[in-house]
Amino acid sequence: MIARAQRNLLPLSLGLGTLIAFVLVAEVLIRAGAVNRFIVPMPSQIAGAFQRVIVEEDIPHRFLVTAREAFWATVLLALVGVGIGVLLYRVKLLREATETWVAAMASAPTVLMYPLFLVIFGRSETTIIMMGFVAGLPAVILKTIEGLAGTRRVLVDVGRSFKLTEVQLFWKIFFPAALPTMFVGLRLGMIFALINIVGVEFLINFGGLGQLINDLAERYDLPGTYAAICFVILVSVCFFFVTDRVEKWLRPAD
Amino acid sequence: MAETGRLTAPAAPFANPVTLMRIAIVAGVLVVWEAVAASGLLFRDVVPSLLVIGRATAELLADKTYYWHLGVTAGEIGIGLLIGGLSGLAVGILLGSNKMLSRAFEAYLYYLGPTPKIIFFPVMIMWFGVGPGSKVAMGTISCFFPVALSAAAGMREINPVLIRVGRSFRASTWQMVTKIYLPAMRLPVINGVRLGLGVAIIGTLLAETKLSNRGIGFLIINAYSTFNMPRMYALLIVLFVLSIGVNALVGKLGGVDSIRRA
Repeated sequence: MIARAQRNLLPLSLGLGTLIAFVLVAEVLIRAGAVNRFIVPMPSQIAGAFQRVIVEEDIPHRFLVTAREAFWATVLLALVGVGIGVLLYRVKLLREATETWVAAMASAPTVLMYPLFLVIFGRSETTIIMMGFVAGLPAVILKTIEGLAGTRRVLVDVGRSFKLTEVQLFWKIFFPAALPTMFVGLRLGMIFALINIVGVEFLINFGGLGQLINDLAERYDLPGTYAAICFVILVSVCFFFVTDRVEKWLRPAD
Repeated sequence: MAETGRLTAPAAPFANPVTLMRIAIVAGVLVVWEAVAASGLLFRDVVPSLLVIGRATAELLADKTYYWHLGVTAGEIGIGLLIGGLSGLAVGILLGSNKMLSRAFEAYLYYLGPTPKIIFFPVMIMWFGVGPGSKVAMGTISCFFPVALSAAAGMREINPVLIRVGRSFRASTWQMVTKIYLPAMRLPVINGVRLGLGVAIIGTLLAETKLSNRGIGFLIINAYSTFNMPRMYALLIVLFVLSIGVNALVGKLGGVDSIRRA
């Protein structure tokens, strides 16, 4: 046990140590004038800007705005994405006709439709939510189909032997069996949605954390801009970490 | 006498139910679109008639300046993909071949990979200016992560026998990379490049929509600014077709399909 902890500690220390060394080297180079401090602020300035940005720019409120947009996009993904996935699974002909289109949509740069959404929904939260929703939709649909199609035959046969109705069969057999894979799709969809939400907030200068970065950059508040970027990265990392843990908890065999 | 059964002629491609369903869906969407355009339910020009969009697409494809902008964007994406792809490949090989480095640094790549890269654009403008440099940089950081993660995963999947054979022949590091590693990890690398290409296109074009006076992203945001909706639709349609086509082409050139079939 102790040996295992020591084995894990060494790479962790190496990773963290390298990160700290990188920050220190950057600080020294900028202080020495080797790197222009009007382009790259000192890490100490960025650390100092954190408190200012959190208090003066009302980060908690902006965080809640982005979280609210992400929440509504996720609700839409869960309802519409899973709904379409179930429909495509049930109607085989429809699935065979459209599955390749859904996959193609996943590789299309849908985020570039944001000017179109701006025209339709205006410069509002709805545009941001819809952009997040559109970006995450293919992943949720495809993973829902995969999850339902992967339900073990024996479970379905057991359900049929108990003379379950189609609705009972879905809720008692298919849905629980497909839930882990469906969650993988929802997680992917949430990741794509969050990326697009923050990105569109930045691009249209509206909303929560993305707008904050744009605001600070336009004010040429360099330490603030870097601090806000670090904050968004931290939020993203925490979000991915938590959803990753939940996914592993749902799929322990993987 | 053996029973031969009745031979049935293969269904004509058009009689295929899947094809018929596809035609029905496309026709349904087009009819609904045209009905909405004619109804005036939405603001004028938000949903233009298909004829107007078709004419705008034809005008766009006949416009010489469009190809110049397309060339600018293609160049930015190409350079971004080259720099990001090669550096991602090098980092991936390094992490995949060394357990200690992998455990020390791969988590950073794994968690940084899905962060929205567009937030780095103000920093890229400071570092590389408002010209094509910052767009290339956006393409580079966008495609670096998927290529690096795919290459690291591919490196770990290489059959150890191949690596031992290379070492027993005393192959140099360069020979190991070109003769053993790269051929053996072709599939994950191509998949990484495909993913990288997709996000490089998005990163570069989003940067162009934010701050640029050239490229397809600039044309899209310009069409939005002048409320030229048919042109915007035309640009988006052509862009989507090109993106999906290039993505499929990379897979085909890399032989992903043939590898999967084997």
